[in-house]
Amino acid sequence: MARGRAIIDEDRCKGCELCTTVCPQGLIRMSRQLNALGFHFAVVTDQEECRGCTLCAVMCPDVAIEVEKERE
Amino acid sequence: MGKVLMKGNEAVAEAAVLGGCKYFFGYPITPQNEIPEYMARRLPEVGGTFLQAESEISAINMVFGASGSGARVMTSSSGPGISLKQEGISYLAGAELPCVIVNMVRGGPGLGNIGPAQSDYFQATRGGGHGDYRLIVFGPASVQELVDVTIEAFELADRYRSPVMILGDGILGQMMEPVEFKTAKIKEGPDKPWATTGAKGRKRNLITSLYIVPEELEKHCLKLKAKYDEISANEKRYESYFTDDAEIVLAAYGTTARICKAVVDRAREDGIKAGLIRPVTLWPFPDRPFNEAADYARAFLTVEMSNGQMVDDVRLAVNGKKPVYFYGRTGGIVPSKAEIYAEVRKILEGGAR
Amino acid sequence: MEKVFTRPKSMTDKPMHFCPGCTHGVIQRLVAEVIDELGIQEDTIAVGPVGCAVFCYDYWDVDFHQASHGRAPAVATGVKRVHPDKVVFTLQGDGDIAAIGTTEIIHAAARGEKITCLFVNNSIYGMTGGQMAPTSVLSQKTTTTPAGRDKNQIGYPVKLTEMLAVLDGTAYCARVSVHNPANILKAKEVIRKAFEVQLNKEGFSLVEILSTCPTNWGLPPVEAVKWLENNMIPCFPLGEYKVAGEVQR
Ligand SMILES: Cc1ncc(C[n+]2csc(CCOP(=O)(O)OP(=O)(O)O)c2C)c(N)n1
Ligand code: SF4
Ligand SMILES: [Mg+2]
Repeated sequence: MARGRAIIDEDRCKGCELCTTVCPQGLIRMSRQLNALGFHFAVVTDQEECRGCTLCAVMCPDVAIEVEKERE
Repeated sequence: MGKVLMKGNEAVAEAAVLGGCKYFFGYPITPQNEIPEYMARRLPEVGGTFLQAESEISAINMVFGASGSGARVMTSSSGPGISLKQEGISYLAGAELPCVIVNMVRGGPGLGNIGPAQSDYFQATRGGGHGDYRLIVFGPASVQELVDVTIEAFELADRYRSPVMILGDGILGQMMEPVEFKTAKIKEGPDKPWATTGAKGRKRNLITSLYIVPEELEKHCLKLKAKYDEISANEKRYESYFTDDAEIVLAAYGTTARICKAVVDRAREDGIKAGLIRPVTLWPFPDRPFNEAADYARAFLTVEMSNGQMVDDVRLAVNGKKPVYFYGRTGGIVPSKAEIYAEVRKILEGGAR
Repeated sequence: MEKVFTRPKSMTDKPMHFCPGCTHGVIQRLVAEVIDELGIQEDTIAVGPVGCAVFCYDYWDVDFHQASHGRAPAVATGVKRVHPDKVVFTLQGDGDIAAIGTTEIIHAAARGEKITCLFVNNSIYGMTGGQMAPTSVLSQKTTTTPAGRDKNQIGYPVKLTEMLAVLDGTAYCARVSVHNPANILKAKEVIRKAFEVQLNKEGFSLVEILSTCPTNWGLPPVEAVKWLENNMIPCFPLGEYKVAGEVQR
């Protein structure tokens, strides 16, 4: 399985939680902390498990997520 | 180029083409249909585009798109259609887009009739659409003048980045007169670095009238005001006819001014010192000649094909120095020379109030 | 590691003003991705609406016209006639395109105007605070249909894409949705196709995009995507309604 990395720009996140519902690995949850905009932002719980599928980024309405993937 | 005999509506269309107009968007309405019909034949000959829109609202918004894209563009209509264009005209003024709009005024309000009228003066000079803006408005009185101001209208529109309106009427549009197209005077349009052409090798351009922050909108409105002040200072046009020693000064524009000229001639034959000030630009309004004449004339008489619209501007210009009387016919009826002359005599004999 | 997902080049850095979870933002990004993939950023002139997408020019780095409410197809017509070799597209909400601007969109399509219109259907007037839209579904509660949209009183939702499909000038029209990743990826392909139809000078193209309005639907974003799936898709079936090449010539 390829390894990936989802990088969430926490200051762009508006806390909508849509990404949390689409990650096949269930890796994203909302932080207890607030960002500069006053939202609970999304965080990746376990980067080790990320497969780089990009679905969270595809769903994010604020283009707050970038995804990297290891070359196979 | 020598003189040719042409109908006003066709002459204005040809003048537009010679003035560099490449695009025309319009919707049929009497009494201006010869303008789009002429453009439909003529524009393809110069590599331009004529498009009959689905409404005047669409037509003026097509003008918006073409103007923002850098083209010289025109639309024409009459009363009801010009009313529909008002929102678009406001957006054009707000986004500072040049274009020329012809209104061959017909009788109103409502559907009114297709007779000649001057009852759209307020709409043309007071805004018509919403917001704090002005249009340069011409009120030509002959087919030749219609041609000359049309060519100039495109230059002024580009220079000031502003819509320019030509206010004619059914008579001017239908009348045939010899005209000369002074093509030697025609200037190429200026560069338009602000136009949308695809952002190649430059920052992208944005055509908008939206300024959501109050301070920014105020700044924009002040910029527009400065532009309108500049136009006021530079572009007032009028014709003065026997006003130097006049005891009564007539005020009229367009078709009505032609009749008033004949009234002045008749009065002078009878030993009455009458004169005429004929505004050529209705906005900016040529107030100075009126104010100066108010120092020596006894009275003013404004004649319009309306219930009295330009008379407000004459009164503002005269500023209470002398009485300003009004005579008007409406409904598509043209005031006769005899009626106007009777009014002149009545005023001088102290009969009018 | 290699970047496999990043902000499209033709998108500016500016954070978008849309409400949390509003899928307007997804549409902004998809269009930018298509512009990048087709390599047309320097050849594109966009026309924006009045509605929640009114600031879309802040997020696309292309030449732009801000049109009045509903008139974007007419403005785009003016632009395209002056620049027939540029890519000209509009973005419009349902109120903009299917109520106040119905005339303009129908006639742009009928003329076969070589522009692309992107129609964001969120079944509500978002910007003005949640009034009924021409596309509000039956029984939908809005601020102006407090008891739900009643067909006997105010009639039925407008199905614009179906209406445009019957016009000979329409070369391509389709309805997509952006409520989940699979549909988002599909939506992008369809938007790309609509632009290609324009690039091939085949005629008018339109993509209707079902989108959420969590704020005015009164739902958390995660519930809003479900509401879209359960209430909008049955009323507005997804799919291609007119495919390039079907045009009678
Ligand atoms: C002529 C005019 N009428 C009304 C408005 C007010 N207005 C602004 S946006 C809007 C509705 C927008 O709804 P929609 O097109 O569905 O876009 P959304 O906000 O839902 O994306 C209205 C009625 C306006 N700006 N101009
Ligand atoms: S009001 Fe609705 S459509 Fe507008 S930005 Fe907010 S969620 Fe989106
Ligand atoms: Mg809407």
